[in-house]
Amino acid sequence: MARIRLKSYEFRRERERSWRKLDQLVTQAEQHGVGSLRGKDLMTLPRLYRGALSSLNVARAISLDKNVLEYLEALSQRAYFTVYGVRRHLREVLATFFARAFPATVRQLRWNVLLAGVTLMIGTFAGYEITRRDSDRFYAFVSPEMASGRDPDTSTESLRGALYSTDHTQDGLGLFASFLFTHNAKVGMLCFALGFVAGIPVFLLLLTNGLALGAFWAVYAERGLGTEFWAWLSPHGVTELLAVVLCSAAGLALARSLVFPGRLPRLASLAQAGRKAGVIVLGAVVMFFVAGLIEGIFRQTVHDVPTRYALATLTAVFWVWYLGFVGRDRRAA
Amino acid sequence: MSAAPSLAAARERGTPRPIVTPEGVELHFVVARAGDRLAAFLLDSIFILVALTVLIVGTVLATGGLGGSGWLWAVIFLVVFLLQNFYFIFFESRGRGMTPGKRRMGIRVMEADGGTLTASAVVVRNVMRNLEVYVPLAALTSPELLWPAAPGWARFLSSIWLLVLAGMPLFNRRRLRVGDMVAGTIVVVAPQAVLLGDLGSDRRLADEPAEPVARWRFTEKQVDVYGEYELQVLEDLLRSTDPAGGQRETRRAVAQRITKKIRWKEQIPARDTEAFLLEFYTALRARLEQKLLFGRRKKDKFSADR
Repeated sequence: MARIRLKSYEFRRERERSWRKLDQLVTQAEQHGVGSLRGKDLMTLPRLYRGALSSLNVARAISLDKNVLEYLEALSQRAYFTVYGVRRHLREVLATFFARAFPATVRQLRWNVLLAGVTLMIGTFAGYEITRRDSDRFYAFVSPEMASGRDPDTSTESLRGALYSTDHTQDGLGLFASFLFTHNAKVGMLCFALGFVAGIPVFLLLLTNGLALGAFWAVYAERGLGTEFWAWLSPHGVTELLAVVLCSAAGLALARSLVFPGRLPRLASLAQAGRKAGVIVLGAVVMFFVAGLIEGIFRQTVHDVPTRYALATLTAVFWVWYLGFVGRDRRAA
Repeated sequence: MSAAPSLAAARERGTPRPIVTPEGVELHFVVARAGDRLAAFLLDSIFILVALTVLIVGTVLATGGLGGSGWLWAVIFLVVFLLQNFYFIFFESRGRGMTPGKRRMGIRVMEADGGTLTASAVVVRNVMRNLEVYVPLAALTSPELLWPAAPGWARFLSSIWLLVLAGMPLFNRRRLRVGDMVAGTIVVVAPQAVLLGDLGSDRRLADEPAEPVARWRFTEKQVDVYGEYELQVLEDLLRSTDPAGGQRETRRAVAQRITKKIRWKEQIPARDTEAFLLEFYTALRARLEQKLLFGRRKKDKFSADR
């Protein structure tokens, strides 16, 4: 008497060859990328994937072979990632990022950008006014390390000296620039991350930074160095402060999605805002890099006030044009 | 669907995360365990540390001291920054959603509702790590950096608050950390399984003739004693290979339990134990699968035969 023939085994025997083929293609794609598949294989991949899904569906209904079920489940998952997880080429991703995604996302969050910008400005003007009236307040806004010898008691000469510092030799400029970039980028990313904590720390960070900035401004303005102070600050400051504002705006978007999720559940609303914010943070890191180059190299070598203002204006015009108008047509289309 | 064996199997390994594909089939991804994720993170941190050490020590040795060109150090400074901040982003956005540490632990990142993992989501989930790991670390080791003149109670409260953020994966079933919540991602067990032979049909015993012959016959009543759970336990037992031969006694004991339960009259000789279990497995599976075709599932030996 022959042994029992299992229907589920017949089912498996008929399809096993295509599972193995799919397994082999998926393994190749996982190890060497989807691009390594030959044209013919690329054509059969989606067909085999759908075949595996349908096998899984049938197997769940008729088979009790645990190994087959687990294998089909895993195979379908791997094929699913291979078929739907396909990424475009990095060059293409970067192109769409800078030509469209980054400026468009900034425009979508324009009210957050405005709010963050206004907060920073309020801080700055408040710091300026308070320090101008009572110069002792300077010490409340600026820590000694940050002041590094530039406070209300410093002589006009050394204050001026700080604006035209040539401390860094030609050789050290690159290092200085890269130090500034990494430091600022870290602050920017933290500023964004703090948005998760309901956004209050973002406002605090913006205000304290604004207060310190205003306090310095007041000290320099007292000695009639106000114009030169801004000439020193703004060539890189326009880009750098804008990047800080953008990171904060991204953080505020997170906070807003958590506090006022609208119709979506909080988690979904957070994830939606988070992806927009990610685009902005990535763009802001690039802006910090540009600012670091200007601050570390240009500022240390060019001391002419009109030239400094010219560069500041140039960067401001560029960012307004880039963030405000680039990629607009294609978005409407 | 809750009785589907694959889902039950998934539950043994962790919380299932069902995703319906565009083709309308439900795939049961399994949420990665918190311990595996922590291990992966520690591994990655070690890799980063080693890379940083090699980079810096290598440069110092190559240039003979801390001298060397300022531009060289500028570049190294940048590389250090990129390693610290973009190591995770780089690896996770490269198609498989895995860092080297995650690969070792067999876990991967995926979009929480299935779609393509976007670069933006990867950036966000890793930038949030500042808030989850580095800020709480700073709060624990040197709280004066975060809030210089804070009174004691404020330090205490903010440390707790930050630890809650860091421990977020432990407080939800899907093991989402703050970065996952913000990015809409989830970390799952990377699928991998090997197709083995079919116990019911492929397996040939050494002393078996080419055309398999059934040596024992089981009545329906005898086979109906067990359900799917017992079938799969039996499958695991038959597939297990212990080089020390420890499974021989287990199989012997199981065979005795089965013969007693189904009231098998004759004694099974020791050398026939495996053959007997295989045939019982085949008969049981055939019976259960036949009932399955009529929409009747018997989950285990305790469930009523519906």
